[in-house]
Amino acid sequence: MISRTERLLNYAILVLFATVALYPVLLIVSTALSPDRIGDTGGLHFGNFADAWDQGRFGSYMGTSVTVAVLVVGMASLFSVMAGYAFGTMRFRGSEVVFYIILLGIMVPAEALVIALYFDLREVGLTNTLVAIVMPQVAQSVAFGTFWMRAYFRTSSREVVEAARLDGAGHWRTLWRVLVPMGRPAITTMLVLMFMWTWNEFLIPLVMATSEDLRTAPLGLAFFQGQYTSGTALLAAGATLVALPVVVVYLFLQRHFIRGMVEGVAK
Amino acid sequence: MAGATVEDHRKKERVTLPQEIRSGETTTRRAGRAGQAPARRRRQGPPGEPRNLAYLYILPAVVVFALFIGMPLVRTATFSLYEWNGLGASTWVGLDNFQQVFTDPQLRGALTHALVLIIFYSAIPVTLGLLIAATMMRARRMRGLAVFRVLIFLPQVIPMVVVGIAWRQIYQPDGPLNDLLRAVGLDGFARPWLGDYTWALPSVGLVGTWVGTGLCFVLFLAGMAKIPRELYEAARLDGSGPLREFFAITLPAVRGEFAVALTLTIIAALKTFDLVYVMTSGGPGRETTVPSFEVYQRAFQFGQVGSAAALALVLTATIFVVTVLVNRIGAGDDDTTPNPRRRLSRRAAARQEAR
Repeated sequence: MISRTERLLNYAILVLFATVALYPVLLIVSTALSPDRIGDTGGLHFGNFADAWDQGRFGSYMGTSVTVAVLVVGMASLFSVMAGYAFGTMRFRGSEVVFYIILLGIMVPAEALVIALYFDLREVGLTNTLVAIVMPQVAQSVAFGTFWMRAYFRTSSREVVEAARLDGAGHWRTLWRVLVPMGRPAITTMLVLMFMWTWNEFLIPLVMATSEDLRTAPLGLAFFQGQYTSGTALLAAGATLVALPVVVVYLFLQRHFIRGMVEGVAK
Repeated sequence: MAGATVEDHRKKERVTLPQEIRSGETTTRRAGRAGQAPARRRRQGPPGEPRNLAYLYILPAVVVFALFIGMPLVRTATFSLYEWNGLGASTWVGLDNFQQVFTDPQLRGALTHALVLIIFYSAIPVTLGLLIAATMMRARRMRGLAVFRVLIFLPQVIPMVVVGIAWRQIYQPDGPLNDLLRAVGLDGFARPWLGDYTWALPSVGLVGTWVGTGLCFVLFLAGMAKIPRELYEAARLDGSGPLREFFAITLPAVRGEFAVALTLTIIAALKTFDLVYVMTSGGPGRETTVPSFEVYQRAFQFGQVGSAAALALVLTATIFVVTVLVNRIGAGDDDTTPNPRRRLSRRAAARQEAR
């Protein structure tokens, strides 16, 4: 159908495009594997990762990030599934208004929240706690998740719900035993997006975490950079560690990442 | 939050889709088909659902939302009416802080920088993505396309802090970019990019271009994959060249994707924070300050909480307006504008009949 030259040209464009997209990533990885100290010989220095993990304290930062991600994604997805179920399958007074307010909430940037959150949480002694880092992000993810799950529940088959009910399943059982297993693709997409946003979030932990123990991975990395501008190999090793979890999840579930952002228009 | 706007757009589209029917009506229709009285079913709502139960289901979401988005937003609005250093007493200043957003040269500088960043984050990636996708459109069944798509989309998922560190290294005085320039004999162009008063902002912007182009490309490629082939065949029968094809068929067909790409990238530009924090800290001088960075510095470093709050609200309002305006472009395509698909296919049909 398409000519040979055109095909070659297309591949050339793709290769160029992919090279540009990958170059900074490969640069960081190769720097991370380069000798850190003057006098070190060539070869691949995997030891840099161990150094970053211990001396650079990236082990601790990654630990905090894992805790935050588990809490945020866990709570936000649970609340979103429940709220989406109600908005998508039940009729109740005020549902439209409440839903549209939540929808507007999706657009509110963290910048407009952190100022008040910081000073008000300081008032009650909650800054520099997990609560302060986790809960605002739960709220942001819930706004998105409620919207996302409502869309799924609206398209879910009414026959299936009715059949479940005839079998004697209550609303709670219908949700968790029937609708949630059926909606696994939609839910996976939601989980994956929430995880990515939470892992990459910078401003909220920057404002809320004042002690080093509560630094998330991106935050720890930014501070590490500020302290050791010269330790490039170690810095790059840290950067690689910080990006690794998201990139790995992305490589396994790339369809969900891309779909999450693209599907909105693909319908 | 990045996905928000896609979702918002999606919602808009859903509203216009015929198959998207409010749940109550769906029940009615189904019930009608089953031969039951629609009115009775409708009054009952979805079968077996005591509707007050819904309040329990939405309770956790609503509480978290109210406490951590609703309240802070209202409180930020309150803060914006005062002058406060974050510790002592506060003074009521009315709308002075808002006036300051547009008159204070430092804040106006930050807003101007945001506009420049929109060119790099949005205008260039959308144009590039559109052009590349249009060139490659006929290659949709190419082998390996899926792998390339994954690689090209990758910059979207990497934490911005990591992106900033990678690009800082590229821009170093003895970094790869200057090496490249020297290698091709453009020694005069080599410079410490992030320390250069003229070039620091475009250098940060270019990173935004890098992040956004893949997203736009993937979006447009997906949109173009849905255009029926016959349209192009019909256009070719009509004797239109590639340029006309692009403007008459391709561009109108990806209007929705265009709106989403614009919204996502413009908002990313307006919310730039991590990159500036990691790469330049607003410098040299204040050449790369952006609204988010000013919000952060004023609220937490300079003790100008009221001013920071006002700027944050202006930023929020801008994001709302951009989202609504841009989505208008994408939403109006079904009946308000002449549909090139229909026009062309009708012509094609006429030709076939003539034959």
